[in-house]
Amino acid sequence: MGAVVFVLLAGVAVGSALGLVLRRNPIHAALFLVVNLGTVAVFYLTLGAQFLAVAQVAVYAGAIMVLFLFAIFVLIPGKEETGPDPRRAYRLLALPVGAVLLALLVAVVAIGTRGRAAAGPAPDGVEAIARLLFTDYLFPFELTSVLLLAAMVGVLLLARRREG
Amino acid sequence: MVPESWYLGLSAVLFSIGVVGVIVRRDPLIIFMSIELMLNAGNLAFVAFGHRLGSADGQAVVFFVMAVAAAEVAVGLAIIVAIFRLRRRLSVDDLSLMRW
Repeated sequence: MGAVVFVLLAGVAVGSALGLVLRRNPIHAALFLVVNLGTVAVFYLTLGAQFLAVAQVAVYAGAIMVLFLFAIFVLIPGKEETGPDPRRAYRLLALPVGAVLLALLVAVVAIGTRGRAAAGPAPDGVEAIARLLFTDYLFPFELTSVLLLAAMVGVLLLARRREG
Repeated sequence: MVPESWYLGLSAVLFSIGVVGVIVRRDPLIIFMSIELMLNAGNLAFVAFGHRLGSADGQAVVFFVMAVAAAEVAVGLAIIVAIFRLRRRLSVDDLSLMRW
């Protein structure tokens, strides 16, 4: 049962990722990315990471994708890739590069996960991550707020119209 | 229960697709989305390893990756909009200003 659900969802995830890479229209790509992020959220749920599943939907599929769609609407793209590609030969090199990378990663996974069983029971959801965030990772957690503030100020500076 | 190595394999596939997308596409917006795809593949691997080792540290790291990704997308899109204002055209092949 679990394996069937996993294979179905993995098919959706890989298909939407391929759609993101292959479709010409950026809005289609953005919608494919939303599908992909949603399936990854379901995978988080099946791995017992409820907090991350909710955060994934809220932060990625919600906030980040809205930013992307706004950028697409502002930039009116879609006409950049219509002309002939002067670097087509180089770009096609990406396929063997991707295949080699995939083979390497799969080999590493196959070797690295061989034999050893899980070290302990899986952490139970929200409480475990909350405990970690406010004890061991307290300093990075506070730094994150500074990072977000800096990003906000930087974006305001970049998006401001120069006067005079 | 599905073994964690399946999740890791899926994460490897998604990451490779993201890499190919970054190399193949010319539209900076889609390159950006491919980067998000790669970040997500990495996050999935973190959560799968955390599940395998019975520790919540992987989830904590993913939390930070999400925060950094949000900041990165905001700044990156602002840069793309600024470049578009300057050039009225949006292809990564034109952006060779910083080439030595």
